[in-house]
Amino acid sequence: MKISKEEYDKLSRQVSPKSKLWTDCLWAFFVGGTICLIGEGLRAFYQTRGFILTDASALASVTLVVLSAILTSLGWYQKIASKAGAGTLVPITGFANAVVSPAIEYRVEGLVTGVGAKMFVIAGPVIVWGMMASVVWGVIYYFLRPMLGG
Amino acid sequence: MRFFWAFLVGGGLCVIGQLLIDLTALTPARILVLFVVSGVALSALGWYEPLADFAGAGATVPLLGFGHLLAQGVLSAVERHGLLGALTGGFSAAAGGIAASLVCGVLASLAARSKDQC
Repeated sequence: MKISKEEYDKLSRQVSPKSKLWTDCLWAFFVGGTICLIGEGLRAFYQTRGFILTDASALASVTLVVLSAILTSLGWYQKIASKAGAGTLVPITGFANAVVSPAIEYRVEGLVTGVGAKMFVIAGPVIVWGMMASVVWGVIYYFLRPMLGG
Repeated sequence: MRFFWAFLVGGGLCVIGQLLIDLTALTPARILVLFVVSGVALSALGWYEPLADFAGAGATVPLLGFGHLLAQGVLSAVERHGLLGALTGGFSAAAGGIAASLVCGVLASLAARSKDQC
């Protein structure tokens, strides 16, 4: 098969976004899955130490947050994230990274307007809209509950 | 078996996030907000609890699980404190993860230097 340079260029452009999407998704799947697997392992560990399920879950999340903060401080989390994309963003470790990373970066601007304010660049919106959604659901549930016979 | 499902479901939820990154112009902050709000909605509809039951950390570690935690906290707080619970429930439940992140952020900013990052 003979193809000109232009045709080849056109073809490769058609194909490459798809193969990039495929690689991105594979990376996200394996890294994200592995982080959740570590979370499950931590949860099982805390359960064997006598914590009830909800406490074990919370402790597992806190442990993942601490691990993420350490890896972020060392600059390793960003290296994994450049490959893993959403695999490192979507788990709670990504939330911790979004808090810790600007805290380190803006340390030079001071502890109050630097660290204190910039930590919330991404965490702020997540907290605000998560809270809004939960309050709305709480109010709906309050009025719905008598109708459900609860 | 729970480990297998944790890996599979957790990985799957991250692929949804990756598709949002690659196929739409959503920024990471918007994706995280979308995941948390969706988590609250799915939990309110009663669809997230079954997933959390069999996938364990695969459902609770992604930020959808954070939304699920908020919604569950609100539910039990409304049952105990009435309308006031709608305000207090979500954040009492999520306080651990948020406080841990904030404390780590402050400690890391004191311990690490900006140039250590790449």
